[in-house]
This record gives sequence, C-alpha cells and structure tokens, in this order.
Amino acid sequence: MKTKVAIIGAGISGASIARVLSRYENLEVHLIEKAPDVGWGVSKANTALIHGGYDDDPEKYPTRAKLCIRGNKLWHQWVKELEIPHVWNGALIVATKDEDFDELERLLERGRKNGVPEMRIVDRDELFHLEPNLTREAIGALWVPIVGQIGPIPAVIAITENAVANGVKTHLETEVTGIKVENGEVKGVETKDGFIEADIIINAAGLYADKIARMAGIDYFEIHPRKGEYWIFDDDVPGPKRVLFPTPTPISKGIVVTTEISGHLMIGPNAQDLPPEEKENLATTKEGLEQVWEGAKKLWPQLPPRSKVIRTFAGLRPEPTGGDFIIKAEEEVWGFISVAGIRSPGLTSAPAIAYEVAEIIKRDLGIELKEKEKWNPYRKEISHFFTMTPEQVNEAIKKNPAYGKIVCRCNNVSEGDILEAIERMKFIGVKTPSVDSVKFRTKATTGTCQGSFCRPKIVQLLAREYGVEPWKVTLKGKGSEIGIGDVKVLLRGDA
Amino acid sequence: MFPEIPMLSYDVVVVGGGPAGMAAAIRAKELGLKVLLLDENDYLGGILPQCIHPGFGLHYYREELTGPEFASRLAKRLVELGVEYRTAARVLEIKNYSDLEKVVIFTSPSGAYQVWAKAVIYAAGARERHAFEIGIVGDRVSGIYTAGEAQTLMDLYGIMPGKEIVIVGSGDVGLIMARRFALEGAKVKAVVELMPYPGGLARNVMILKDFNIPLYLSHKVVEVRGKGRVERVKVVRVDENLNEIPGSEFWIEADTLIISAGLVPSVKKLKKIGVEIDPATGGPVVNDRLETSVPGIFVAGNSLLINDLVDYVAEQGELAAEGAKEFIENGGIESRKWVKVEKGENVRLIAPHYLSGDRDVYLYLRVSKPMEDVELRIPEIGKRMKLPVVKPAEMLRIKLKAEEIRKAERLTVEVVKA
Ligand SMILES: Cc1cc2nc3c(=O)[nH]c(=O)nc-3n(C[C@H](O)[C@H](O)[C@H](O)COP(=O)(O)OP(=O)(O)OC[C@H]3O[C@@H](n4cnc5c(N)ncnc54)[C@H](O)[C@@H]3O)c2cc1C
Ligand SMILES: Cc1cc2nc3c(=O)[nH]c(=O)nc-3n(C[C@H](O)[C@H](O)[C@H](O)COP(=O)(O)OP(=O)(O)OC[C@H]3O[C@@H](n4cnc5c(N)ncnc54)[C@H](O)[C@@H]3O)c2cc1C
Repeated sequence: MKTKVAIIGAGISGASIARVLSRYENLEVHLIEKAPDVGWGVSKANTALIHGGYDDDPEKYPTRAKLCIRGNKLWHQWVKELEIPHVWNGALIVATKDEDFDELERLLERGRKNGVPEMRIVDRDELFHLEPNLTREAIGALWVPIVGQIGPIPAVIAITENAVANGVKTHLETEVTGIKVENGEVKGVETKDGFIEADIIINAAGLYADKIARMAGIDYFEIHPRKGEYWIFDDDVPGPKRVLFPTPTPISKGIVVTTEISGHLMIGPNAQDLPPEEKENLATTKEGLEQVWEGAKKLWPQLPPRSKVIRTFAGLRPEPTGGDFIIKAEEEVWGFISVAGIRSPGLTSAPAIAYEVAEIIKRDLGIELKEKEKWNPYRKEISHFFTMTPEQVNEAIKKNPAYGKIVCRCNNVSEGDILEAIERMKFIGVKTPSVDSVKFRTKATTGTCQGSFCRPKIVQLLAREYGVEPWKVTLKGKGSEIGIGDVKVLLRGDA
Repeated sequence: MFPEIPMLSYDVVVVGGGPAGMAAAIRAKELGLKVLLLDENDYLGGILPQCIHPGFGLHYYREELTGPEFASRLAKRLVELGVEYRTAARVLEIKNYSDLEKVVIFTSPSGAYQVWAKAVIYAAGARERHAFEIGIVGDRVSGIYTAGEAQTLMDLYGIMPGKEIVIVGSGDVGLIMARRFALEGAKVKAVVELMPYPGGLARNVMILKDFNIPLYLSHKVVEVRGKGRVERVKVVRVDENLNEIPGSEFWIEADTLIISAGLVPSVKKLKKIGVEIDPATGGPVVNDRLETSVPGIFVAGNSLLINDLVDYVAEQGELAAEGAKEFIENGGIESRKWVKVEKGENVRLIAPHYLSGDRDVYLYLRVSKPMEDVELRIPEIGKRMKLPVVKPAEMLRIKLKAEEIRKAERLTVEVVKA
C-alpha cells in the first residue's frame, strides 16, 4: 500500500517537494494547484536571486539561515540536472558611507557562521574593476561570489516536468476548499473538483498557507502580504554584471540593481505591508515605482530614460507571524505538514525545504521511505531558437519546418518552440490555454514590443492545438479571455 | 562565414515586404538590379492588409484605396516584374564586412540562409508604444492592446476584443480604431489625449462627432484595474506642462483599453552594425539617397521616420532603390559636399539630414506645435512657403531644387508666424 501525499500549491516550494518525494517507491504524490499552470503564485514575481545565505540571522531565523545556504548548494546541482536557465554572477553589497563597513563586517561574520564560502570585503579599486559603472560614491563592498540568478517560473516548470516524469500526478485549476480530518488524522482534501484522498497533506500554499492551515484547525500563524515593485528595461540598455545591493538597513535588504538572466536591466523591489485581505493586490503603483527608481539611482546613477521601460510588475511576499519559515509536522493533526511563511529567501531555499520535508516524513511521521530503482533526475530544456546556431536551426527545421518560422520577433521565438511549449503544457496537465503559459516557457511576448506583434499569432496556435475558438484563449486563465467572440458578435447581439 | 548553411548572392536585399520594401524591390528590379525581398509574415504588404479602411494612395495612385488594395497593387507589379521574394522569412542579422560585402542571415520554414549582397535596403517598419512605456500602472490584465494588435485581432483573425472601449491617443490610428470598434457595435467610451489638441487629421477627428464619442483633451490614462480583465481605467487631467492635476482623477468603466500612443522605428538591427540614429526621428541619420551612416545600408518607410501617408513610404522605397543602384555602380554614393539640414524654430524632426545638391529632394518634417498662418523658411537660401495650418500629426513634405541646395553650406528649416 502506498502512502498518499497531497501537496497543496505548485509554487517553487510545492514543486520541489513533489520532485524530492517522487523518488520514493512507496509514496503516491499529488500536486494540487488552483491556478491554471504552475508557478503563478508568489514564485512568479520576485527578484529571482539565489541568495548567498549571509543575511539571515541564525539566532532569530534559524530555519531561514540553515535552508538558504543549503538551498544555494542544491541549486548548483538542480540547475544542471534540470537544465534551468541560470547565471552564477555573484553579488556586491555596496558601501557608500564609512559606517556601512560596520554592517558589511557584521554580514561577513554572519555569513561565515552560516557557512557561506569565499566571501570577502573588496576595496574601491577592486570594486570598480568588478563593476565599472557603479555609482562613484561607492567606497567598497562585500563580495559574495556564490550568489546567482535563475528563471523562477522556468524553474518551477522544469521541476514539475521532472516530477511528473517520475510519476507525480498534478491537479491544476483545482482549488482546495477544505481538509478532512478524522480522529486527529488527515484523510484528504476537498477541492472544487471533488475529494482527493491523502494520508499526508503538505501545506505549501504560499500567501494562503494560513487559510489552508485553518481548514485543518491550525491557527497559530498568519500570513500577511508585503508588496515589492519592479521596473524592467529594454535589452539594449546596459546593466551591471553582478547583482548589486545597497548596504542593508534594519528594515530591508534594499533595492537591487541587476541584469536578469534574459539580459534586461531590472530594478526593485521596495517593501510595502498590505492588510491581510489584500493577497490578490498585485497592482503596481506610481508611488511604489518612484520609490524603487530613487533607490536604484543611488547605486546606478545612469538609469535609462523612462521610454526604455518595457514592463513594471509587483510581487507579494508571504510574511509569517514570527518571521521565520514554518516547516514542521503539526502535532495536533497527524499527517499535516506546514510549509508556510516561505518569504524571501524562499526561492533559494526551496530544494532544501523539499529535503527537509522528506526528513520530517521519515522522522516525525515515522514513514520509511523506499527509493525507486529507477528515478530519473534529468529533464531536458525546451528548444529555444535564440540559442541555436544557424546549423542547428537547419537540423531542427529538417525535423519540423515550424522551427524556421519566427513568431516573436523581439526574442526570436519560433513556432516550433511554441508548439513544444504547448506539448509540455499538456504533459503537466494545463487545461486552459493561456498566452502566459507559452510566455513563461518560451519568452515570447516579453521583449521590446511586449507582444503586440506576436500575441495574436500565439493565440491562433493555442486555439488550434487546444481545439477552442481563438477568442476563448486566455491571457492568464479563465476570466482573462483574449476576446468576447467573433468580430460580428456585438452586431448579432450575442455577447 | 557559415560554410554549413546555404549561401545565396544578390545585388541588393530588401528587408521587409511592406509598402516601403515592395516599392524598393520593384524599383531595384526596374533598374536592372538582382534583388531579393524578405518578409517574416506569410503575406506581403506589412501592416496594410490589416488596414481595411480607405485613405491610401491619393498621391501615389491618385485614387483612394484601402490598405489591402494598395498592398495588392504593389504586390501585383512585383509579381509581374518577376521580383524574387520570400515570405515567412525572418531576417535575423545583417553583417557589414565591407562597403560592397554585406551578409543578411535569415530563417524560414525551408531553412536558414545567408545572402551576400552589395547593398541592403532596410524597410522593417515600426513598432507601437505600449502601456508600460507610457507609464500606466495597476493590474496586468487581459484587455489591454495596442491599436495595431486590436486591428490584427479584428481584421486579420476575426476576433472581437471587447465591448466597452477606452482609447489612449487621438492620432489617426486611434481615431480609425475608434470608428472600427463603433462600426462593430462596441461602445467607445472615450478617446483620451494628452495634448490640448487632437492628434489626427481633421477628417478623422470628424469620426468622433459621427459616432458620438467623447474626446478628453489634456488628459491621460494613468492606471488600469481589474481581475483577469480590464474593469476600469483611471483618467487624470494635465496642465500645460503635461503635469497631472491633483484631485482631477476620475474612473471610466471599460473592458478594453487601446493604446495608440505613437510608433517607434524598428532599427535595433541597424544599431548593431553601428548605424547612427537621430534621436528626433528615432530612425537613422541619412543622406538624400536614404543611405545611412554605414555605406550601402539604405532605409525607407517607417524605419526611416514615422510616416502618416503610405504614399510617402512608397516614394522613399523607390528613392532608396535608386540609391542602391548608384552605390553599386559607382562603389559608393558620391557628393562634392554634403549640405547639412538643421532644425529651426518649431521643427521637431526632419529627414534627410545631408543633401548633395546633385539632385532635387523631398524633405520630410514635422512641427512641434500646431500653428496657423505660418511660413516655412530656409533663411540661407531665402526660401519661404506660406502654410495656412501646421500640426504635429501632419508630416510636411517640401521639395528643394538641386540648384537651391548647392547655394548653401547648410540649411536651417523653420516654421514661423508669417
Ligand atoms: C518581491 C519579492 C522578492 C523576492 N525575492 C526573492 C529572491 O530574490 N530570492 C529568493 O530566494 N526568494 C525571493 N522571494 C521569495 C520567494 O519568491 C518565495 O519565497 C517563494 O516563491 C515562495 O514559493 P511558494 O511555493 O512557497 O509559494 P507560491 O509560489 O505562492 O506557491 C503557492 C501556490 O499555492 C497555490 N494555492 C494557494 N491556495 C490554494 C488553494 N486553496 N488550493 C490550491 N492551490 C492553492 C497558489 O496558487 C500558489 O501557486 C521574493 C518574494 C517577493 C514577493
Ligand atoms: C491603424 C493604421 C491606420 C493607417 N491609416 C493610413 C491611411 O489611412 N493612409 C495612409 O496613407 N497610411 C496609413 N497608415 C500608415 C501606413 O500604413 C504606414 O505608414 C506604412 O504601412 C508603413 O510601411 P512600411 O513598409 O514602412 O512598414 P510596414 O508596413 O510595417 O512593413 C514592414 C514589414 O517588414 C517586416 N519585417 C520587419 N522586420 C523584419 C525582419 N527582420 N525580417 C523580415 N521581415 C521583417 C514586417 O513584418 C512588415 O511586414 C496607417 C497605419 C496604421 C497602423
């Protein structure tokens, strides 16, 4: 008899847990997600850094401190196994005042305690050698070479694809509405699409982890949203080579200036606490964006003109009561494991969180885990036309002429890439065709024109491959349809 | 350079099969050049096939045509002449090895190719400015489209985007889309214009009266809110310096927001090979053969500067082809001296930038602000032209004679009160 595991939430935490648990013969793993695709919660909008692990105080936040540094190490392996887009470019925490060095010393000390390798303080000369266009006010920095960047949603997608290939069952567009508990033991989850039996429930529901916990009668913590906003610039705007932080203050790590992995200068985030009921408030604001602009200018004085902006966006950090990650088997409900309050550095920590959960299942629930004889750690990245040489293009075209046809002109995404993305959407169980699902797999629509040329073409491809009318294709799930009907729908009075 | 991929060889490659590119390819062929035209779409015509309204061709064909009609006339001539062209062929890169050695790399469903050419005519059109670029904040929801995207959805793919529409921008494109939506039964709730005057031609501004569409001048859309789809947009009034007036905000309920806030020439590929760009036009700095600062690279149409009339676009294509012919035959575009064209009072942009005085030329220019009873003057040569009205939206096109140009060291064009 297999132990049935239900993971609630297919963010970076839930997906990583699913992958790690897919390794075991005696577990039947279900990954349940209310959104149409994976990675669309907190994991979608963040700074995308694999942090160094120097900044969490091990006294105050022991779980964060421990899992961040372990997560960083694991990512070095996971990005290779799963072919996740990444760069290991290191971070500079920049001092502009003499007092800042005290804080940098403190971070260095803490980093050493947490086990961060190769950190050191660099002087002004070396700093400008590492990063020539930094503000002239800079006088030194803490250099953390192990910091990196990944594509956060591509990472969730890659991990999920691998988990599914290893037998995990996904339930997308399946919102959990209740948890069934009998005699102090979990029995399963109620969803809008029926009941899913489970012996173990893992609550990895991001901003809603408190709501899910309450469904099981657990109410000692609350999650409140803390908004962060960002600007992204066109890819012909020069950005830094490293990740640039200001020296942190007691309240925040500060506004980062970085070139994200697709080559766009990105600045953000600020931090604004929202009331608990605003967990869906992902609107950008004029004030927030101005705050980011001013903050970034301090490190990177040559910000481009506003006409070079290609996108602004906001993310919500799930801030828990107490501030530390809550990762444990809840004692009053046997089989219920909390993975809650996974705020920053949750992306970095996710692989370590996943191993921690496996450990909890063994140690605290006493379930022996039997490894599969054949478990596949590898996953192949989707084809990207923009990474191919002309010779490789011709090879790909021989297999399918669609690889020779460019759909997204800003990023050179071919029709072949998009068809492959759609195949992979279907593979992990995406039911509602959406442009965003294609975007996160291929980078189509994320360039200079923001999709005004290619979106209609992508809609056609999605409509064809999913067998729906083109206007029913969505931007990002039900309620965001591209149109209201055929062009004569209003004249006929049908809409 | 890439021995592994097939190699083709032409005198001139034309990048882009819109009206500029087609006119260029036709003229090049007429002049006896071996020419290849490449366009990424499955059809020729660029953006014309989606412009199903009339208003094209009054100068070029002396007839009022629709966009598709204008495009098909050029395409027909192209085919008659036997011009070689490929559709679904996306140019990925242009390399400039020497004046008469360029390589254009393109991909298509039949494979990737490299083409050696002596000259390149770049006619890749423009892109539209989008919501983020004009500073709109709020939710990132469905229902926000550029005018061109909405036009594509409706007129090429038969999709109705929404039913309650707010349009940003009162230029011709915005106004034409307002009419297009109204004709299909949608309610156009507002056209919102930042400037204190409408941006389009008078005949297009009439559309608003015809369909009872409110126009908000000196207003801007600053925010969009909605779950999944646009539900409402926030509008605010601006003062004469275009600063928002606090307390003047109001919301309009709508499910669709159309951004028609101007076009930007597509020139990234040219920038990569070092072509000098004029910040005022957004396109390359060119001489009177429409040659860029890189010898043998010519440019025409919306990649050169944003045109409001397709007639001028086609004219520029022909001019570039004539330039390519001269360039190939003489190993360069020669001139005894280059006369620089300067912007004077109330001139926002002008092209070409350098004139040889060897031939008559058309100057294309736009004013900064609307004025009545003005004169266009070029003091250096004592030229004066009376104009009853000038508007930023209407591109002015003036002819200069070769002898006039030769008289001066430089020319300053100004538009001032008569
Ligand atoms: C502004 C910002 C910047 C950040 N920067 C970094 C950084 O640089 N580095 C770093 O390491 N971390 C960073 N983080 C933190 C990181 O993004 C998060 O810790 C991480 O993404 C959390 O992942 P998760 O899987 O726990 O949550 P989520 O990604 O939110 O996943 C939870 C999932 O549960 C689903 N769900 C919720 N309720 C239900 C229900 N009832 N039924 C079914 N499904 C449900 C949601 O739809 C969601 O997909 C940042 C966060 C923010 C907001
Ligand atoms: C809504 C609207 C209404 C208009 N109304 C009128 C009107 O009433 N009257 C009028 O005269 N004009 C009108 N115009 C303007 C006119 O249509 C344009 O000025 C003209 O089409 C521009 O032509 P072009 O050849 O420069 O560019 P385009 O028509 O944009 O053609 C450029 C072509 O190049 C292709 N291309 C780009 N890059 C590459 C590459 N790397 N490889 C291969 N191909 C590439 C593009 O896909 C495109 O097909 C209107 C425009 C719009 C948008």
